[in-house]
Amino acid sequence: MIRPDAKLKENLFEKDIEKKPTRDGFGLGTVEAGKVNKNVLVLCADLSESTRAEWFQKEFPDRFVQMGIAEQNMASTAAGFAAVGKIPFIASYAAFSPGRNYEQIRTTIALNEQPVKIGGMHAGVSVGPDGATHQMLEDIGLMRMLPNMVVINPADAEEARKAVAAAALTPDPTYIRFGRASTALFTTSETPFEIGKAQVLWESEKPLITLIATGSLVYQALLAARGLESDGIGSIVVNLHTIKPLDEATLLTVAKRTGRVVTVEEHQVAGGMGSAVAEYLSELYPVPLLRLGIRDQFGQSGEPDELIEHYGLSAPAILHATRDFTHARKPAHEKHSH
Amino acid sequence: MALTDSEVQKLEEKAEAIRETIINMLVSAGSGHTAGPLDMTDVFTALYFHVLKHDPENPEWEERDRLILSNGHIAPVRYATMAHAGYFPVEECLTLRKFGTRLQGHPERLKLPGMETTSGPLGEGLSQGNGMAYAFRMNKKSNRVYVVMGDGEQDEGMVWEAVMWAGKNKLHNLTAIIDRNNIQIDGMTEDVMPLDSLRAKYEAFNWHVLEVDGHNLRQFIEAVDEAKAIYERPTVIIAHTIAGKGVPDIEFDYHWHGKPPTKEEGKRFLKEIRSMGGKVPHEYS
Repeated sequence: MIRPDAKLKENLFEKDIEKKPTRDGFGLGTVEAGKVNKNVLVLCADLSESTRAEWFQKEFPDRFVQMGIAEQNMASTAAGFAAVGKIPFIASYAAFSPGRNYEQIRTTIALNEQPVKIGGMHAGVSVGPDGATHQMLEDIGLMRMLPNMVVINPADAEEARKAVAAAALTPDPTYIRFGRASTALFTTSETPFEIGKAQVLWESEKPLITLIATGSLVYQALLAARGLESDGIGSIVVNLHTIKPLDEATLLTVAKRTGRVVTVEEHQVAGGMGSAVAEYLSELYPVPLLRLGIRDQFGQSGEPDELIEHYGLSAPAILHATRDFTHARKPAHEKHSH
Repeated sequence: MALTDSEVQKLEEKAEAIRETIINMLVSAGSGHTAGPLDMTDVFTALYFHVLKHDPENPEWEERDRLILSNGHIAPVRYATMAHAGYFPVEECLTLRKFGTRLQGHPERLKLPGMETTSGPLGEGLSQGNGMAYAFRMNKKSNRVYVVMGDGEQDEGMVWEAVMWAGKNKLHNLTAIIDRNNIQIDGMTEDVMPLDSLRAKYEAFNWHVLEVDGHNLRQFIEAVDEAKAIYERPTVIIAHTIAGKGVPDIEFDYHWHGKPPTKEEGKRFLKEIRSMGGKVPHEYS
């Protein structure tokens, strides 16, 4: 069941639920942050419409900085702005930022501890027709390895808005991931959001398994949970919007409670959110864990829904994989314990 | 205002003392770069002892000018100059590259107050200087930004992204200084990747270009003053230097880009520095 304290939309599971791309949250959140603090800037590398940086540009033309197609220069220029007290957001596609400018981010933002906020748009296969070059699937891994870096992957446009506004208030270098495709707007302004705090959105009476999802696939995980429930499999769904720092307390609680975990992300399973969860749990409380995501391959052209389906990340695919995993033979040590 | 002869002489004596410190710290470290620090000693002396608005007692003073060292591998010259300027005791220079030191092999902003940026990977200093200069202009502040780069560093594509952006934005409060010593790790710059004409390149990107003898303190300081008077564009001072300047044994030799002197070599180099032009007596040898 949907947890009431999550304050999600009431018509959550209706087919006609409003949809928006999470990148809209970048535009809304930066404008909001810009109103609160005049030191907030937005830098963009010639993608101001599609990254929604132009929403900030319209509101604060003097605080919008056009960088041209130069993501390396953008990252380090932002570090320079931050060194003089500005709070710069940099906007480009995740394939280029942090894809192309990783070393600049590493040296001049992370090691240099400057509060630059990196917006990586068009992440994941749901970019769609643009194809593999533009479908960034390695950004979470790259960014969560960097000391000092906070990594956030919002679940919908509303949560993205909150994440951007919240990031503007911290002194931390921060990476926020956004998607291109319109996806369900299922959280509300009342839904709690705190950087570093995972949310349990769904909780069955007798959960047998936990689904930990991140980004717009959180909604697919909720749809899957509803399907599992009608199949008699109770579950917990966690929205792990902050991948670093990891909300270890919540992970430990759900792992102990259900003893089995499935992770869901639009990213390589190597190095991504599922890896972060596996790394933590395997050190402290190992449980059988299934990672759903992209398995060591690049994306391709297609429609977003088609690609999500193809790579096994749609609600039905999550449902089937989770059902099989829940029914799978229990590990030997669990058998002996009976 | 033009420098008097005695002011120039004082700066030159300071530069020689800093060169000695550099040799000592490199010998003590057992690794590091020799040629660049020695050839940029005159420029750093001029910056810290004449050009920069700064306060060694208060490295984070808001009104200070910002000096960005982009080619972080020549950090020993900055450390040594800062120590002589009073940022920290000169003896601390001997901790260069050692465990627990504030004087990291490549400089880190958070380790040593006054460093401004973390650098080493090449090509990133100008971008950061650009951001600072633009921010100062937004804030209507008069702080100036100086960015020191190597000539080999100009191979990095990112440098030209930043050069283009500074030209576009007419960052007149920013002065770049290029150490034109014509060497890089693998050989002479014109063999590894020809840079000539740096002047034409920067002019094409809408910069004001000045070329000076990087060992002529008066000429360098005059160029810095001229840059302050240029309001339409950023200025780059191409400082023609002699790699390893001050130690005749190693001058012009690219093999000294990335290695330190041994103890024996260090002793010999120190004697050579101290006998330069007869300005400093042999008394220490």
